[in-house]
Amino acid sequence: MARSPLSVVKFLKVFVTWWLAWSALHAILLWWLGLYWQIALTDSGVYNGLSAFACLLLCYVMQFYLPQKERYWYIFFISLLLSSLIVFTGKYLLQNIYEGNNAYLLSLKYSLPIRWGIAFLLIVCMSMICVLWYSFQYQQETEQRKNDAEALSKEAELFALRRQLQPHFLFNSLNSISALVGTRPQEARNMIQQLSDFLRGTIKKDENKTVTLAEELQHLQLYLGIEQVRFGHRLDTQLTSSDESLSMKIPALLLQPIVENAIKFGLYDTIGQVTIRIQTLTNENQLIVVISNPFDPDTAQPQKGEGFGLSSVKRRLYLLYARHDLVETKAADKLFTTTVKIPQLIYESADN
Amino acid sequence: MKVLIIDDEPLARLIVTEYLQDFPSLEIVQECSDGFEGLKAIQQHHPDLVFLDVQMPKINGFEMLELVEHPPAVIFTTAFDEYAIKAFEAHAVDYLLKPFNKERFAKAIQKWMDTTQHSAAANTEALLNDAAQSPLQKDRIVVKTGSKIKIIPMNDILYLEAADDYVKIHIAEGAFLKNKTMAYFESLLDPGSFVRSHRSYILNVQQVTRIDAYEKDNHLAILKNGARIPVSRNGYTRLKKLLDI
Repeated sequence: MARSPLSVVKFLKVFVTWWLAWSALHAILLWWLGLYWQIALTDSGVYNGLSAFACLLLCYVMQFYLPQKERYWYIFFISLLLSSLIVFTGKYLLQNIYEGNNAYLLSLKYSLPIRWGIAFLLIVCMSMICVLWYSFQYQQETEQRKNDAEALSKEAELFALRRQLQPHFLFNSLNSISALVGTRPQEARNMIQQLSDFLRGTIKKDENKTVTLAEELQHLQLYLGIEQVRFGHRLDTQLTSSDESLSMKIPALLLQPIVENAIKFGLYDTIGQVTIRIQTLTNENQLIVVISNPFDPDTAQPQKGEGFGLSSVKRRLYLLYARHDLVETKAADKLFTTTVKIPQLIYESADN
Repeated sequence: MKVLIIDDEPLARLIVTEYLQDFPSLEIVQECSDGFEGLKAIQQHHPDLVFLDVQMPKINGFEMLELVEHPPAVIFTTAFDEYAIKAFEAHAVDYLLKPFNKERFAKAIQKWMDTTQHSAAANTEALLNDAAQSPLQKDRIVVKTGSKIKIIPMNDILYLEAADDYVKIHIAEGAFLKNKTMAYFESLLDPGSFVRSHRSYILNVQQVTRIDAYEKDNHLAILKNGARIPVSRNGYTRLKKLLDI
């Protein structure tokens, strides 16, 4: 939420000073016109107090609701309403205070249009200041977020490159190919193909673009295929997708760090066969991807287990959707589960 | 000559097996896919040479070697680990960076044959001390109790106590012995949470509830579990510095 101008000390100082000066001017004018000091001061206090209160209220409300450009006439309408309220409330109050002072009440009655005009102008001025203030704040905030998102996407790109060209993964894959060349040349050739396709996919993908889940899964399959060759029968992956989920959109290369995390966590934390399950489904215009891997609760260190990969996925989703609740992890029953939700509607509007 | 291959990737074992065919004097006694299996095989076969991968499930290559009483000569095979490579360069018989070719492999075997058995084993021990600096294993200690292997996260350590040639590691569920020196642990543990309170004690400051005066110049640190740890004069200074008092 934008910061209210009322929370800025400098603004408050100017505001208070201005109202005091204005009230003094008001009182002096009435005195000069022939009213007693006491009446002039009360009159000024009542009217200017009400106006100041209305301005503060307006300022506060605008913090939560700022009219859009095409609805600026709301401001006009609200100012009209507020100034009328001020004038009549003021009149009512002063009538009660100075009951019987007919000369004063008469002058009050004749001056009502002027009072109304002044109150209206004051409130319009104040709303204009508020609109400018808040628009500027929102603009700054959006700018900041945009900058952050850009910086992060660059970072993510580099990070993805570095990670996908992760030395362990790359050199071990090459070593597997080297082993296959001697005995099973055809398989070696296949693996070279997979590795090349995978690397190419990583390099050319734009991290800001969205792809369909089907495309994302295709890329993931290349990765899984390579890991499968490396770890042989130890690694088993099961992928189930509902039909409607396949055409849904997902930020490119989002899933791979999660799956990589699951494989690493699963393979290096347990002994024996490891099954990585990937399930994709839809729920009320949301794409849901569930990835699970086994782990050993006795030796796993959860804070480490969550890993670098997952935090970058969380951060990326936050920048795209401004939501923190899209990635959930759960460790239960020797199974570590990561659930990612990808909103679709908001997505499209963010994309356009 | 008996050879053992320990690597979690089947194809990585396959290539070593294939290259070894050129050396008929070397007999492969077993292939292992993780550190536990490897440890058992070393104790059972007493191999002359071990091909050992670093990154493996549960316990890595170094941690496995630490648990072997008389480590054999080792040729490490690894994809990438810049810290380990520093240690290899200083002490290992040789190391092979994956992928490696036949010529490179033959050179490593030749180097091993040229080294005497005795110095090869000494090298392995020196290597382990250096390799402990690798971030791979800075957050945990692997110990053996009977036939079981226990992985202790550093944060679980309450305190360490010197016991002749060993160090006794105290954690909530008991004490475990590790064949290392106090100085080794002092350099290994995070200096932000562990302090050498006494010639024979290193304690985890997060566990300290109270420090009592005790005799002249000496103090006692009382831990959350009630253990009373001696604190020497120098130790007290170090402890105070760490706790900012």
